[in-house]
Amino acid sequence: MNEASGRAEDRADGGRALTAAAFIPGLAHLLRGRRTAGLSLLGLALAMLAVLAFSFDRVASTFTAGRVDYWVAMLTLAGTLAAAWGVSLRGEWGRPRQRAKGTSQWAVAWREFNKNRVAVLGLFLMFGLYLATLLAPYLTSYEPNAIGDIAATRHLPPSLDHLMGTDKFGRDVFTRVLYGARISLSIGFVGVSISVTLGTVVGAVSGYFGGVVDTLLMRFVDMLISFPRLVLLITVIALFEPSIFTVIVVLGLTLWPATARIVRGEVLSLREREFVEAARALGLGSPRIIFRHIVPNVLGPVIVAATLGLGNIILIEAGLSFLGLSVQPPTPSWGNIIDGGREYLVQAWWVSTFPGLAIVVTVVAFNLIGDGLRDALDPRLRI
Amino acid sequence: MSAPLLRVENLRTYFHTAEGVVRAVDGVSFTLGPGETLGIVGESGCGKTVACLSILRLIDPPGRIEPDSRISLRDHDLTAASEEEMRSVRGNEISMIFQEPMTSLNPVWTIGDQIAEALRTHRSARPAEARRRAAEMLRLVGIPNPEQRLDEYPHQFSGGMRQRAMIAMALACDPSVLIADEPTTALDVTIQAEILDLLAGLQEQLGMGLIFVSHDLGVVAQIADRVIVMYAGQVVESGTADELFSRPRHPYSEGLLRATPRVGRRMRRLSVIPGSVASPKRWPPGCRFHPRCPYAWSRCREEAPPLLGEARASRCWLEEEPARRTGDWDEPALAEDR
Amino acid sequence: MASDIDSRASAERSAAGTTRGPLVLVEGLVKHFPIRTGLLGREAGRVHAVDGVSFEIQRGETLALVGESGCGKTTTGRLLLWLLEPTAGRVVFDGQDMSSFDRLGLRAFRRRAQIIFQDPFGSLNPRMTVGSVLREVFQVHGIARRGTAERQISELLDAVGLHADDASKYPHEFSGGQRQRIGIARALAVQPEFVVADEPVSALDVSVQAQVLNLLVDLQRRFSLTYLFITHDLSVVRQIADRVAVMYLGRVVELRDCEALFQGPLHPYTQALLSAVPDPEGGTGRQRIALSGEVASPANPPPGCPFHPRCPHPGKDETCSCVVPPLRALNRGAQAACHKI
Repeated sequence: MNEASGRAEDRADGGRALTAAAFIPGLAHLLRGRRTAGLSLLGLALAMLAVLAFSFDRVASTFTAGRVDYWVAMLTLAGTLAAAWGVSLRGEWGRPRQRAKGTSQWAVAWREFNKNRVAVLGLFLMFGLYLATLLAPYLTSYEPNAIGDIAATRHLPPSLDHLMGTDKFGRDVFTRVLYGARISLSIGFVGVSISVTLGTVVGAVSGYFGGVVDTLLMRFVDMLISFPRLVLLITVIALFEPSIFTVIVVLGLTLWPATARIVRGEVLSLREREFVEAARALGLGSPRIIFRHIVPNVLGPVIVAATLGLGNIILIEAGLSFLGLSVQPPTPSWGNIIDGGREYLVQAWWVSTFPGLAIVVTVVAFNLIGDGLRDALDPRLRI
Repeated sequence: MSAPLLRVENLRTYFHTAEGVVRAVDGVSFTLGPGETLGIVGESGCGKTVACLSILRLIDPPGRIEPDSRISLRDHDLTAASEEEMRSVRGNEISMIFQEPMTSLNPVWTIGDQIAEALRTHRSARPAEARRRAAEMLRLVGIPNPEQRLDEYPHQFSGGMRQRAMIAMALACDPSVLIADEPTTALDVTIQAEILDLLAGLQEQLGMGLIFVSHDLGVVAQIADRVIVMYAGQVVESGTADELFSRPRHPYSEGLLRATPRVGRRMRRLSVIPGSVASPKRWPPGCRFHPRCPYAWSRCREEAPPLLGEARASRCWLEEEPARRTGDWDEPALAEDR
Repeated sequence: MASDIDSRASAERSAAGTTRGPLVLVEGLVKHFPIRTGLLGREAGRVHAVDGVSFEIQRGETLALVGESGCGKTTTGRLLLWLLEPTAGRVVFDGQDMSSFDRLGLRAFRRRAQIIFQDPFGSLNPRMTVGSVLREVFQVHGIARRGTAERQISELLDAVGLHADDASKYPHEFSGGQRQRIGIARALAVQPEFVVADEPVSALDVSVQAQVLNLLVDLQRRFSLTYLFITHDLSVVRQIADRVAVMYLGRVVELRDCEALFQGPLHPYTQALLSAVPDPEGGTGRQRIALSGEVASPANPPPGCPFHPRCPHPGKDETCSCVVPPLRALNRGAQAACHKI
């Protein structure tokens, strides 16, 4: 309708918005009436600045202390601020060019995802959790493994000094949950990446080539699936030294069959689709057809399987920690913090409760994201 | 003609979606007499299927039959009927058969069970009686060995046989109106010919009103007594089948006929209707066909024509200014499809 | 417009045109699909999709392959493009037996023969823009250098009646007819000589169908293409074909010039098929030949003439149900497979 006049207006306040974006991230989005995006960018930037302001001494000490943790935190801080600015600016510069391009399936999916409030909430929770984990050294003044005066600090209830109380060695539970999140989340992420990659490749190859290849791979998958997972994990881990590395690799290598099955099923039907046949008629090679034409079309179910798998892996890791088969104390992971508090559940409920809550929040957040993605990526739900 | 069996007046079915109102059916009126066959012709998206589903009130939200629409079966107002009353109408007074004989039958029940189900629901027939009647129906639609085939499952039937079974199901309760939505589109021509014969024969035998929906002009010409042509949610032309197909009045019907390849003769080049149907969210102003019409003039762009005429009607200003029927259907060498 | 693709296409054509004779020659083509059951995939039976088909396609002509569902016409099309390998028989393309092709030979062949599909929704990758589909073809076959690719894409889109801007759009942004044009552009991207069009207009509305049919005719003239046009719709055949092969249960039952076939079909099946096609004008004028019975399953074809269980011919006898009639040459280039002609 009014596109022409709208464009002219765009150009007029384009300059103003660009200036605004350069100074305060998110302001440009707000000016354009995109409240959610604007407010989150603004909030993010302000939060980063607040962390910087309140723990300036620690920022300064980063350069001399040289501890890896502090460096990671420092980089995250700077990176997040830069990203907030970047997104804000790109929104302005990319504007005219984006309009000319067609709306891709991914853009449509993102719009659909945005409509799902609960899933977006899950995304924000997840993002916040990661940020908190990475900024851990700035958010707490305690060391995760430092044991102080046990007699004085043992089993202190939650207070302003110790947000989540202290455990039997007098360590701050809040600090341990933050640092434990690093381990739990990275086990989750790396484990899922391994299992999803492996599962997608095996599933795609099996489904595309069929015949003997398919039979062999799928019988192997059946074998892995039919084995009780926990028994398998315990056996394998018992053979090696329990460490983060072993746990990640073992989890990654045992969880892929589910993804492989999903992918194979999808590929079996995609293989018969005419665009795949057209690709063959055009003389494209098998690897190209699999990875360029088939795999992008199974990404929807794969992403969903991945988000659901993430929650799953965190839970399994917690279970293994609880059995003493994962990360060894004193290194904190959510599972072994809970395990540590188990004996004192009556006297000191907070030790096990808060990491337990953290697990619940994370898993719920991932499942919400997974559900949202599944709906957003399913074209049948759209008109 | 005898008193109409089914009367549809100003039927409007809109879908109220988040992106706007989709006016799928926008003011359709027609009548159907007993023993009469009404053909509804139109391309995909013209609203013919939605119109049929509206008669049975099978429209799910966000779709809605707008308040001033009227559908009456004899003197019974279906738009005002309760959901319970509608259930007793569907499959009983008015039946419908669909395009896809593969998916319209439930694969886990035998054919006999599925035919008997309607009888047991509407007629409270006892199992033995329902079975006897089901066998009778299968015989009626020309399936050999009906007693045996009652106990077979849909996958044991071929495509043509399945469509026959669907017809048997639809006719089990002696409906007074049968709505057939593209019943032969998924079938091979030789099978299609058999099904058309069957439908015509059954109609004569049972005296029901038949609404036959199709995009295929040839099929409609063969089976229908009267025809309405739909475009963009409206009836654009109506008349008897002979008149309409030999002398189409509306430019759309004319274009459709010119664009249809004939088995009887080879044309030097097919004429095309340029462009494609507009979005039902934004029908063009004025006459909805004017952007594709070779005769269109200023009046067509501004004023929406009403359906002009009685039994033989056309929604076109040419009815008032026939001298303006001058234009060229022959396309430029490469037609645009936009 | 005297564009790049035109001149290149015709230059190649004249270079290739040194060997005369049919472009495609099919001899005794057979394709059986095994039906496997059980865990170990024991062969329980065979679907006789194509059962001894022979014909040839001359340069520049359109041969229509007509038949009802399950008659093997689609399988034949795939066999001709070597998307399936035949169980027996041979396909000769421009004098070369296709079974002798190695990887490189097959790649070269893929540039000369292409396919257009029926389903405008299933035949395009939903995750790729129109431009990237075409660019990929250019890249894989090394057709266009980086600078000229964009120009060639817009020329190609222009040739099929689309706009150059459409290159950056995704398939779901187009209507059915436009998607079919994209499918045609993709097939033409390698500048083929031979195109198998598998029911290219069956899924389209009447008015759009006419547009696409006219486009196919125009493109054939412009790029001197040879078509194998597979369809179940006889009225479309009359509009586009030079010669027609009618298939029934995996065999060609009649093969003739298009006009001759429509004016006087020889085989009883062709006669029945023609009579069953409804025509909007004077549907009552013609006498319809009713067929009784069902089409037999290709997994279990009847012995003798495949059509004999449904054949309305009055002189049907023992021979028909025992001996498979060969496709015989009759006068004026007509061929038919019937004992009673």
